[in-house]
Amino acid sequence: MHTIVLNSTAARVRRLHPLAIRVMHWTNAAAMIVLIGSGWGIYNDSVIFHGFDFPVKIGSWAAESLLWHFAAMWVLALNGAAYLIYGVATGRLRERLLPIRLGDVVETVRETLRFKLAHEDLTTYNAVQKILYIVVILAGIAQVVSGLAIWKPVQFSGLTDLLGGFQSARLIHFLGMAVIVGFLVVHVALSLLVPRTLLAMLTGGPELPARRKEP
Amino acid sequence: MRSLFRPSVLPDPGILDDHRPLIRSLERRGFLRGGLSLGALTMLTGCDVGDSTSVGMALRAISAFNDGVQAALFDPNKLAPEYPPSAVLKPPRFNAYYPIEEVKPVDGAAWRLELAGLIQDRRPWTREMIAALPQRETIIRHICVEGWDYIGQWSGVPLRTFLERVGADLRAQYVAFKTADDYPSSIDMATALHPQTLLATTYAGETLPDPFGYPLRLRMATKLGFKNPKWITAIEVTNTYPGGYWEDRGFNWFSGL
Repeated sequence: MHTIVLNSTAARVRRLHPLAIRVMHWTNAAAMIVLIGSGWGIYNDSVIFHGFDFPVKIGSWAAESLLWHFAAMWVLALNGAAYLIYGVATGRLRERLLPIRLGDVVETVRETLRFKLAHEDLTTYNAVQKILYIVVILAGIAQVVSGLAIWKPVQFSGLTDLLGGFQSARLIHFLGMAVIVGFLVVHVALSLLVPRTLLAMLTGGPELPARRKEP
Repeated sequence: MRSLFRPSVLPDPGILDDHRPLIRSLERRGFLRGGLSLGALTMLTGCDVGDSTSVGMALRAISAFNDGVQAALFDPNKLAPEYPPSAVLKPPRFNAYYPIEEVKPVDGAAWRLELAGLIQDRRPWTREMIAALPQRETIIRHICVEGWDYIGQWSGVPLRTFLERVGADLRAQYVAFKTADDYPSSIDMATALHPQTLLATTYAGETLPDPFGYPLRLRMATKLGFKNPKWITAIEVTNTYPGGYWEDRGFNWFSGL
């Protein structure tokens, strides 16, 4: 009996990215790409910035882009909610993303400018990484909220008013997309520069030290 | 009464006998081959949601699911925000599936509103009869599916008042519209009965100008712009899903705001 308990404890190795996180990460990646691409198609139908439209899109015309957008929104919202619940319940979000100290931010920026950014230890994020991940999570939440305000400006008129009206909500939805695309460029570039990080999101990555028992 | 939404002239069944040799000569295999290359073409052009590719069908199924979600979110007592007359855009913004130059004005004197389906009194209506009904004005935001919007001032008969007056079955699922510009559309009964859903006859206090649907158009505060047909010539109350011009081409049917 004791042996079995010991064995099962030994088998439960804490990995940097547990399976649940990996599944949710790639589900989110797929949903985000579909939402961004179809969103570009919807934007092109009536542009916000005169003279600017997107050269690529998902969906051959507006109706198709809308169908893609209003299908992928469910995946993003449900997967995102699951991610946040998981992250809070397991303490992962706090463990990975907090605390952020001003001194660490300055140090990270200085190291980055000297091209001396350390990547030996994948299990701790530097201060800039922490900020970027928090920003993109908040941007994802902002997209769901501003998306609701655009989709249902009568049923959720209070929310649309809170965002400054219909066109303002639309602009916020556009800017949220811009933040996420900006993050995506940096995120993908860095993961390709340090392929071990990309591999870790596929296989689970290095083992983590056992979690300190809370009193 | 026969539905106005069916073709008035049916094809003569004798046409089949006249062309029997030709029909026999058609090879099923040819259809199959043609169908395959057509299928391949849609793969090349991306997913055409109007056809029956599995992706297109899945997307349409989710769109139908979203119709249900929107019907559940729809609060029949929730009014859309209204605005002061100073915010009204004059003239309103034109939009149709063709440019404004191709609008064909309707002769108001000869115009009749036909009724069909689950309605007790299906006698046609004239402009004068409609003008005699109780009127209501709304100053509401028009939101286009494309993303633009403007504030418009509409008045006319609440659709609810009209449907009650003609003895429509208010438990039916759909209210369908037929128009002079061949732009069929349909809405759910809950939206038809919403207090801000009007059979509009004026804009900004004046008779509806020709490009905006004279003599009668639908104006709802709770649906996207394309759901508001202009130049209405017939209304049918039905339990059979009627679809619509853009809806049949892939736009979401409920399209509620």
